[in-house]
Amino acid sequence: MHFEYQVYEADFVNAGAASSAIKKTLKQLNVNPQIVKRVVVALYEAEVNAIAHAYGGMIYADIEADKIIVKVVDKGPGIPDIEWAMKEGNSTASPEVRNMGFGAGMGLPNIRKNVDRLDVQSTVGVGTTVEMEVKFI
Amino acid sequence: MEKVPFFHALTIDESTCIGCSHCMKSCPTEALRVRNGKAVLSPDRCIDCGNCFKVCPTKSIYIKQDDFDDIFNYACRVALVPSVFMGQFPNDITVSRIYQILKEIGFTVVIETEATVPIYTEAKNRYAAEHPDIRPLISTYCPAIVRLIQVKFPGLVDNLLPLRAPIDLTAMFIRRKLQQEEDWNPEDIGIFYITPCAAKIAAVKSPVGEEKSLVDGVINMDSLYNRVFKRIKEQGKGFKEQKLPVSQLSADGVLTALTNGERRLSNAKHSYSIDEIHNVIEFLEKVENDEVENVDFLELRACDQSCPGGILTCDNRFMMCERIFARARKIAERERNGEQTKDHEIEQEHNFLAKNIKLGDIKPRSMLVLDEDITQALAKMQQIRELRAKLPQRDCGICGAPTCDALAHDIVMGEAKFTDCVFVQRKLEAKGEMHAEESHAIMESIWGENK
Repeated sequence: MHFEYQVYEADFVNAGAASSAIKKTLKQLNVNPQIVKRVVVALYEAEVNAIAHAYGGMIYADIEADKIIVKVVDKGPGIPDIEWAMKEGNSTASPEVRNMGFGAGMGLPNIRKNVDRLDVQSTVGVGTTVEMEVKFI
Repeated sequence: MEKVPFFHALTIDESTCIGCSHCMKSCPTEALRVRNGKAVLSPDRCIDCGNCFKVCPTKSIYIKQDDFDDIFNYACRVALVPSVFMGQFPNDITVSRIYQILKEIGFTVVIETEATVPIYTEAKNRYAAEHPDIRPLISTYCPAIVRLIQVKFPGLVDNLLPLRAPIDLTAMFIRRKLQQEEDWNPEDIGIFYITPCAAKIAAVKSPVGEEKSLVDGVINMDSLYNRVFKRIKEQGKGFKEQKLPVSQLSADGVLTALTNGERRLSNAKHSYSIDEIHNVIEFLEKVENDEVENVDFLELRACDQSCPGGILTCDNRFMMCERIFARARKIAERERNGEQTKDHEIEQEHNFLAKNIKLGDIKPRSMLVLDEDITQALAKMQQIRELRAKLPQRDCGICGAPTCDALAHDIVMGEAKFTDCVFVQRKLEAKGEMHAEESHAIMESIWGENK
């Protein structure tokens, strides 16, 4: 089953809307609560990334009988060094964003901790695509 | 998942229910529908919060209780009274006078539920220290909250503190005391809890995390209030009270039933105290998403202002809070002056109570699951999405379900029909695909023949 959500730059008020909707769906599907939690935590991080550090974007979620695949496609600015960004504590966030409590450099590492597969592709000036997969069994 | 059916204290009287759907609209877990002109309760979804009871205009939702005369089946009759009971009476009616009246009308022993609060508090703080990996810990003081988490937030079941609440601890304490000190036979002791709400009755009749409740019967607070007040009226205005010594609660104990009552005693660095069921649901959604960081303890209560807001209490909840607060302040002053010390009786049983405070497993019983089999569940969800797009999203409730989404859910689960929707009926009629008589018959099957 396919779901799509749009997220807007700096729309912190609605951060978490997509993860809440996906959470409700997974609960109805009787997915193990601990797995639901991992999906929600990872997706929430990715959602906040697109809102706080990028210029907004789209979230595509595909739920199958044994897994969920989520793709978060943002509209830039892109990450120059993905390996560097994957390390805890590293962040390119602006002071303004940090003031709001984001940008601790825990986003991507936290996603990786919670998912079974994570692919990050980025082109500076174009945008970043974060694709993650969580298996249900 | 747990499969044993819930006992529900809330029951609908079909002879007086007019199927007006007020209850359906007020239910936080969407447990009510209207069928054949009557409200119907889904036992798997109801958490006994009592919101429906409050809004019913014909008083058709009633709360099953034990017959008062049942207390006389026992030679030793214990009234286990929550401190909110005392908060219902005007300030000039003393606590000792209420104790005395309870004895005059039939009880032989009176003890307040919160007597064991010091032991309860210590056990909670110890559990928190021993389980630093479980955060936030959620209090199990309010039984409606325990059930809410079981049915709506199954992912948080492991966060519930698996400890007996003061009602059970105090029942355990008084039973042991009566057996050991007064040589009562266990079968001669009857412990009756005076309940401010429906959830506590349900918790006694089908306890969560234990086999059998330690309480023998439940009496509704409003009915006992009437009995006590009648006696006060009989005693008249000039009544001179013969002061008897009353084993007083601690100030902490008195305050426990109020909002913040547990939080103020918790060692947790970061904690929240939230009352009223919709507030609780809103907050738990955030907790479930991990959006609330660094929170150690949650005190959650289903009623506004906690237990004084219970559906069976007999005065304005804010006035009750004020009286309870005033009582606690007086006791605190006596405690400071050394006129009242900790309850030594309870302290003597400290080890026994602390050893028996653990509850068994609390299991999830999700109401949201569409199908145990995920492939089937996905198929059903797809159908729900398609139906949702065709329903008006007006949430008018004329189909007998509280929202369009609830109707879509019911249709897929085989409990309702697409044509139950009045918008769909009009559309079909306009296209000549449905006869006015057919749609009328559908409406009758929902709202009954007399409307």
